[in-house]
Amino acid sequence: MSAQMPGWSDVEIWVVIAVLAVGTFLIRWSFLGIMGNRPLPVWAQRLLRYTAVAVLPALVAPLVAWPAAAGGRPEPARIAAAAVTVLVGLATRNTLAAIIGGAVTLVAALALI
Amino acid sequence: MSVPPSSLPGAADARALGRSPAQAFRHGMVQALPFLLVMVPFALLFGVVASTAGLDLAQTMGFSVLVLAGASQFTAVQLMTDQAPALLVLASALAVNLRMAMYSASLTPYLGRAPAWQRGLIAYLLVDQTYGMAIQHYEKHPRLTIPQRIAYFLGASLVCCPPWAVTTWIGATAGNAIPAHWPLDFAVPITFLAMIAPMLRTRAHVAAATVSVIAALALAGLPSGLGLLIAAPVGMTTGALVETLVERSRNRTAAAGRENRA
Repeated sequence: MSAQMPGWSDVEIWVVIAVLAVGTFLIRWSFLGIMGNRPLPVWAQRLLRYTAVAVLPALVAPLVAWPAAAGGRPEPARIAAAAVTVLVGLATRNTLAAIIGGAVTLVAALALI
Repeated sequence: MSVPPSSLPGAADARALGRSPAQAFRHGMVQALPFLLVMVPFALLFGVVASTAGLDLAQTMGFSVLVLAGASQFTAVQLMTDQAPALLVLASALAVNLRMAMYSASLTPYLGRAPAWQRGLIAYLLVDQTYGMAIQHYEKHPRLTIPQRIAYFLGASLVCCPPWAVTTWIGATAGNAIPAHWPLDFAVPITFLAMIAPMLRTRAHVAAATVSVIAALALAGLPSGLGLLIAAPVGMTTGALVETLVERSRNRTAAAGRENRA
């Protein structure tokens, strides 16, 4: 036991892991496991198609706008890094290229500013 | 067969259909190899982020082995670091995985008649990469047998999933050696943005992402994690709505085109 996560006991962390593991398995198993060949309703397919592009940006937006590492104030280096990541990702359609682009921008901007 | 033997699609189809399960397994493995380029750095990063956030090695490995879903692992660790309540951590991380219900549904016509234990195993191994490979392969070769399909999936999984765990372990172990002044706080935002940008293929995807960002920023004053829980469904609904509108206007254009010709 070295650095413990602040605000969380070991038991709480393991409960989160266990519930997340079971819940994720049930989501994956849902149709394969029980639905047989019944198709998913069109409206449900429509909503599910946008879960990733709705959840992940909503999670990231406040972290980009008010980064805790910069005292919760907008900070040019991190905003530039986020912008470059998105632009490289849009241009190349390649996740790895976008990560590298963003990381290089962040390190360079932090060194310069 | 009217297809000439030299035609590539026909030949590839015949090759795919002629494979034994062992050969289909190896084929899946080989085709999954390029994905290692993405999985390995991503898993390394998770190991580093989780251990710097204060998770011990067993907990970090628990995420990668038991949950086995990168984006939701990062989501959970990020929200736990932000001291969000456990229920919100779980709701958000599970919401990130909801797309996998769609994967499960779309594989059902191909794997629905496999034995229950095999479907359970496939469900555990169903990640973005294995799903993407499998559905492409199954659609291209609709006459594959179920054992061929299962073997291909498991071959792809062997390349994608155990390395995920191993590289997480390396990242978590090496994480302590990383200098404290590195801006690792921004690893998660960059990784997520890099995953999202290539997904923005249609107007509906762009609209969903844009609206969810605006809503998340507007609701940032709410307790940690709560804004996300409101912004995400608003974004999803926007995406579904825009898709419906685009489809409707396309149908109208097509109908008008038919009338003009008539």
